[in-house]
Formats: sequence, structure tokens, C-alpha cells
Amino acid sequence: MSKEIIIEHAVKRYDNVTIIKDLSLRIGNSELFTLLGPSGCGKTTLLRMIAGFNTIEGGTIRFGDTVINNIPAHKRNIGMVFQDYAIFPHLTVAQNIMYGLKEHKVPREEAKQRVEKMLRLTKIEEYRDRLPERLSGGQQQRVALARAIAIHPDVLLMDEPLSNLDAKLRVEMREIIRDIQKQIGITTVYVTHDQEEALAISDRIAVMNFGDIQQVGTPQEIYTRPFNVFVADFIGRSGFFYGEMEGEGSRRRIKLSKDYSLEMDNILPSASNGRVIVGIRPEEFYIAEKGLTAKVRKATYLGKYITYVLEFDDCSIMENQESIEFSQHLGNASALHRVGDTIKLAAYEQRVNVFSIETKESIIRGVARYGQETVSL
Amino acid sequence: MGRKRFRFDFWVLITIIVFALFALFMVLPLAKLLVSGFIDPSTGEWSLKNFQTFFGRKYYTNAIFHSLYISCTVTILTVILGTLMAYLTSTFDIKGRGFIQILVIFSMMSPSFIGAYSWVILLGRNGLFTNFFANLGISLPTIYGFHGIVLVLTLKLYSFIYFYVSGAIKKVDPAMLEASQSLGCSPAKNVVKMLIPLVLPSLLAAALMVFMTSIADFGTAMLIGEGYRVLPVLVYRAFMGENGSNANFAASIAFVMVTLTACLYFLQKYIINKKSFKMRSVKTIQRRPIKGFKAVLAHIYVYGVALLSVLPQMTVIVTAFLKTQGSRFVRGFSLDSFRSAWKTIISTTRNTYLYGATAIVLIVLIAVFVAYLSVRKRNALTSLLDVVTVFPYIISGSILGIMLLLCFNTKPLILSGSAAIIIIAFIIRRLPHTLRSSVGILYQISPSTEEAAISLGSSPQKAFFKMTFMLMVPGIMTGAIMSWVTVINELSASLILYTGGTKTLSVAVYEQVSRGNYGAAAAIASVLMLTTIISLAIFMKATGSKEYTM
Repeated sequence: MSKEIIIEHAVKRYDNVTIIKDLSLRIGNSELFTLLGPSGCGKTTLLRMIAGFNTIEGGTIRFGDTVINNIPAHKRNIGMVFQDYAIFPHLTVAQNIMYGLKEHKVPREEAKQRVEKMLRLTKIEEYRDRLPERLSGGQQQRVALARAIAIHPDVLLMDEPLSNLDAKLRVEMREIIRDIQKQIGITTVYVTHDQEEALAISDRIAVMNFGDIQQVGTPQEIYTRPFNVFVADFIGRSGFFYGEMEGEGSRRRIKLSKDYSLEMDNILPSASNGRVIVGIRPEEFYIAEKGLTAKVRKATYLGKYITYVLEFDDCSIMENQESIEFSQHLGNASALHRVGDTIKLAAYEQRVNVFSIETKESIIRGVARYGQETVSL
Repeated sequence: MGRKRFRFDFWVLITIIVFALFALFMVLPLAKLLVSGFIDPSTGEWSLKNFQTFFGRKYYTNAIFHSLYISCTVTILTVILGTLMAYLTSTFDIKGRGFIQILVIFSMMSPSFIGAYSWVILLGRNGLFTNFFANLGISLPTIYGFHGIVLVLTLKLYSFIYFYVSGAIKKVDPAMLEASQSLGCSPAKNVVKMLIPLVLPSLLAAALMVFMTSIADFGTAMLIGEGYRVLPVLVYRAFMGENGSNANFAASIAFVMVTLTACLYFLQKYIINKKSFKMRSVKTIQRRPIKGFKAVLAHIYVYGVALLSVLPQMTVIVTAFLKTQGSRFVRGFSLDSFRSAWKTIISTTRNTYLYGATAIVLIVLIAVFVAYLSVRKRNALTSLLDVVTVFPYIISGSILGIMLLLCFNTKPLILSGSAAIIIIAFIIRRLPHTLRSSVGILYQISPSTEEAAISLGSSPQKAFFKMTFMLMVPGIMTGAIMSWVTVINELSASLILYTGGTKTLSVAVYEQVSRGNYGAAAAIASVLMLTTIISLAIFMKATGSKEYTM
């Protein structure tokens, strides 16, 4: 039954190229754990190492107490859902689900019952005798899920399962996946490059880049308290400013322009003063008497809110940013602004994030790469 | 850290087996043959004497030019004939298109030397037409030599161009032609500026096939070429020579020929690859109605070419039922030809289909494994397997026959005179059709299908057989059918490898023709054609036409 996954100092190398240098991670029992990152960050590579389709060049991966490094894929007792579903096109829906049960030598009667249960659980009972070519993408996805969990695997692995579906179906399917995962309580590793999907579905997320873990945490931790500039930029949107920090202990003042400063009370006491990076999300700004002077370059109406693309000239912003935005919630907006207007913007000090200029890591108190549940390795 | 454990799995085993077969039956015999060209037959020592003889006499060197001349002429003619035919039938509403298709397929289904021998019956020295016109006082130009070879090969091989180009036209998106027209191109100019360039990659690929087939063709030149010597005939004559066999000399000619064909093949392949691109279209070009004078011309052309190309087959079937007197046909019908050849027919039919069936089963298996290794397990070693597809292009049938015979007529492995050696020749020569289909279909099957089966608990080899193999089978069939038809019609290698007990139908036809027993030859050839058609029908029925969309 469901087991925790412990990865210790895992290494992946193809010939001379090292994809994953030294990666450690603990995925708790029954947890829905997401590997999130841009393409080429090593998330699928790691998933396939867990599945057994990629060799492991160093370190260990364990399911519970069992080291699985040298167990071939077909004996690992995993359930896997593939990006292209990999439904067997020459077998009917029911036969697809039955396939793994036969391989696992589940007695006939029990196997039949399990197929029925899976068909019901994934709501595809009416298609049981159809060949997959006559199913829609969403239905194929359900078959793939039913087939994977029917064998009662130790862990469930999902490789970008929703990326081939249209936007509406994607939202619907991710709810279904989450519900079913919670219902059967199986340890699940879920790979995606879609941050919204990751935030919506996960118990915890590992943000990856360059084959390395950037941050592990709950969706909320990762969004509100990103561990470094990469995470702050990759998850949601952040505008990055340079500021001058002064003061002592937790209470510091960060000067963003000659007449606007942030009064912080949650800075790491050991953080050194001087130049820092301040990350401010579009919704972390508000219109104020006193603030940064910004000119509206572009306004995009999105129903619930308006997003303004801003131009600043009295403060120093970080290089290589596409744009800095402010989103104004229309529920409580007092006035709308037009392109060309000049506005004053202040930021919610409790919510902005501050990063060291050298390490690009957060200097907000209590923010850690491995979150609260630090892996002791 | 970094320890890489070597796991002895199923695919390692398959790789070893495939490479062992490859080395034993292809590399070793070829190496032995090429080396033996450098040995003086009288002294048994290393020497260049064979090559000096070859290059020293115009009698031999002329053959190189003859071969090239024939191949170039045939290629140009087939390209014109086949492309025009494909263009007319795929863009205009030609009446009875299905019938035309059947005629062309039928023309492909017999060995090319049957064409040669039919044309001899019709237009040869004592031919039916020759005599008919001679009675009217008209003397027809001779069929023997260059013209005859070109006629026979052109009518035989234009069908490749026709099928390749028709297939390519089907893949052209009509929107491309419309786009070109919207940019100011007239419909006539459209054909030259859009359609032809778009089908050019397929046309070039087919032209290469025609070129390589005609340069290697042996039966036609042997029967109708007479004094017009080409390389494959020289090799055969030197090996089977009336004044005693000279295997070393034959090997040296083979060396020259293999070098020549290899250079030509890679040169042409290089040019084709530079021009290749992929097309895919859901919509196909609609056939336009055609009227008046143009329609008459188009129909005359299409029917004329198609009927002309099946004329040899018709001739064979009709003459099989004619009364004969020696090598002459006389008035009246009878079954005498069948009666006289009955014993041969029985034994050679059995041989042909027994060897053919064994070969095709092995061809499918080997093709699937080789395709899998070279697509899914691609590395420096397995990419060597690509040579398997090129090999029969460069090594003509007669050379293959000679090299197998020379290699396996001594201990430790004596295969000469056995059925096995013929089956091996069949497999090597006809594997590429099936292999190409296998590779094509494999690219369409997602690797994750197999991985899914493994994740559900199947061992890797079980996952391969239950998933990938099962999914490949329907897609392999087009290639397998080509392999099958060409296997049972194989002549040039079998002619060198057969003995009394292992004679096949096509060899028997050839033997009867060369003895002048045209009646018996026609009877055996009709059996070959008829059984080819029947076997094809069974083959298609048995495999069904299930295809899975992936």
C-alpha cells in the first residue's frame, strides 16, 4: 500500500552531462506532491528515475524502507499516468484497466470487482467496451488514471497528465484527480510546468530549476514566501526593485526612492544592510498618497481586476524584466486609470519579499528552502 | 557514485543475435568475395591480374558504360512516363481509375525477365508480330540489345514512379495550390512551380529505386541483351562460364560493380536528402473533370501505358495454352505445355512457397527487431544496422548469390545446395521493404505505450510483444506484401544458388526460356502469376486490415 518516497543525494547523468547533481527530497505518505519547473529543469527526469525508466547514477531512492535503485521498473509496483495517456489502442477500456491486474496475478473475481470499482470511481462505466480511439482526451485521461490505480500501487506517478487537454477540461480533470487521490490516499508525485495547476492541486510543491530543488513548501508558502528570486518570478508575477536597507535586528527600513521607504519588521536579524532586491507582486501594491511614482503604460481589463503595466523613473528596478504590473481589484477600486496617467503606489510591507543581492535568497525571517518540514539529511 | 551496472536483458540478447546474423551472412561473405577478386586463380597468390584483365579489354570496360547508359535511359523514361500517368490519374477524372490501378499492380507482380521473354515471343526473330508484319512485307526493328532492355525495364519500372508520385500528390494540401493561385500563378504554371517541386522528394526517391534496380537487373539483359553486355551479365558469365568458371575473375568484376553502385547510391542519397521535406494533409486535391480532345488524349495515354505494361503477362497466359512445335507456337489451343511441365510445376511450386513462407516469417521478425533496435535503442552500434537497408541496393542479386555460394561451400558451415541458402538470399534481398514499413510505423507508436505496460507489471520483453509488436503488425503489412511478392518472384540470386532439388518457379521459367521451350516456360510462368495473386489474396485476408489510430 501507499508508501513514502525518500530520495537521498540522487544523481542523474547522461554520458558526460549531469542533469541532476545531488537532489534530496522526502515525499510523505498519502501526500500529493508536485514537481514544478520550466521545461528542461529535470522534473520529468526525476519522475522517470522514481518510475524506473531512467537509471540512477548515484544516491538512493526508497519506497518506505525498500531501496528501489536496482529494482526493474516492472517490479516497483508503481502506477503511472503518462503525458500522452499511453492507452493501449488495441484493448477496450475495461481490458486496459484489467491489464495490470492480470500482470499482478490478482484473482479473477477480485480483478473484475476492481475494474468495476475503477470504472465507477473515474465515471467511465458507459465506455467500458469501447476502443480508446473513440474516446475524447478527457475520457482517455480517466482510463489512464483508472488503469494506474487499479493495481493498488505503492506510489502514483503522473507526468504532465493534463497538458494535452483544453483549458476548461484541465480545470475539471485536476479536481477529479485531487478528489480521487484524497479518496484512496495514495502517495502521488505529480509533474507539471503549469504553476496554476500546481497551486490548485498540491499538498506540497517542489519548485525545480537546473536539476536542483529551488524550494519545497505548501502552495501558500511558495507563493507568499518564495525562497529565492527564481521562485518569486516563476510562481505568479513579481516586480523586482533595488532598495537600500538600513537598521538593525528584524526592524529595517528599505529605501526604494528618495521619498518612499518600506518599514519592515520581519527581516532575518543576521542579514547585512546595503543593497537588496525587493519583490512586489501586482496585487501587493495599492494607490496611496505617498509612494513610488509610476506612469501607466498599458491597461488590460480582465473583468475582476485591471492590470496596469507601469513605468517608474524615481526608483531603481532590476534589469531584464518584461514589465512591472499593478493589478487593481475592481471590487474596491475608487478610480480607474488611463494610459498616460501618473499614479502613486505603495506596497503592503507585510507581504513583500526581500532577497539578498549576492545569493538571491530570501532574507525574510523563517523562510527556508525546505519549508517548515526541513528534510534532515 | 557513477557505477554503471551492465544488465543482461532481452534487448542485449536480441542485439547480439542480430549482429551475429548480420556479420555471418552479410559482412563475411561480402568481405570474402571482395578479397577473392585480388587472388590469381592459377597461382592462388595475391595479384591485380583480374583487374588488369578487366580494365585492359574494351570487351569488359564497355559493360560499365552500357550499364550506366541503360540505367540512366530507363530512369529518365520511367520518370516521364510514370509522373505523367500519376498526374493525369490524380488530378483529372479518368474513367475506370480502379481498373488502371489493378493493371499497374498486376504489371508489378512478375519478374522482369518474363517481360523480356514475352517481348521476344512477340517481337523476337520468330516473334508473333514479327512474322505477322513480315508476311505484310514490313520488317520491324530488332528487339534484341539496348532497345529491348530499355523497353522491358521501362514498362516494368515506371510503376514505382507512378505509385510514389500518386502517393505524394495525395499528400499535397490543395490549399497550397490555392495559395499560389491567389498570389497570381496560373493553373498551368502551378503544376510546374508548385506541384512538381512538392512531389520532388518522392519522385527522386522512386527514381533512385528505378536506377538501382535497373543497374542490377540481370534476367532481362541476359534474355534480350544478346551482344549488349552489362555488368551483372558479365559477373554471371564469368562465374558460370561455359569455358569453366572463374570465380576470382567474377569476384573482381563484382568488386568493380559494388564500388560503382555504392558510389552512385550514396551520391544520389546525398542529393535526395538535401531536398527532402515532409508533407501531411487532411484534404486531398479534387479530381477535375476533363472534356473533349484533351480527355481523349489523356485516356489514350493512360490506358495505352497500362495495357502495354501488362502485355507480357497477357502474352504469357495466352501462349501457355497454345500448341507448340519445338520452340514454335502453332495454330490451335491445347494443355500440352502444362502437361509437359507438370512435374516441374509441382516441385517448383512447392519449393517456391515453402521457401517464400519461411523467408517472409523471418523477414517480419527480423525487420521488427532491427527497426526496434535502430529506432528505440539507437546508439553508435545499432545505427550500423542502417546498412541492412542499403545492402541489397548495392549488392545485386547475382553478386549476392555468388558471395553466399563462395562463403558457404566449405567447412565449417556448408550451405551450398540447401534450401537454407536460398531462404537466406531471399531474406537479405527483400528485408528492406518490410524494414522500412516497420521503422515508419514505429515512429508513430509512442514509447510510453510500452512503458505503461511495464509500469503495470509487464517485463520489458512481454511489454514489447504485447504492445509494440501487436501495434506494429498492421502497419508492417504494406511492406510485408512487397517483400512477399518480390520473394516469390526472385530470380537472380536463386539462379546461382539452386540445385536440382531446390529449383523455384522463376528459375524453372528461366531455364525453359533459355532452352527455347517457350510453351513450357509460359505454362510455368502462368502458374507463378496465378499463385502470386492467390497468395496475395490469402495474405491480405489472413492479416486483415485492422489499423489502430494512435
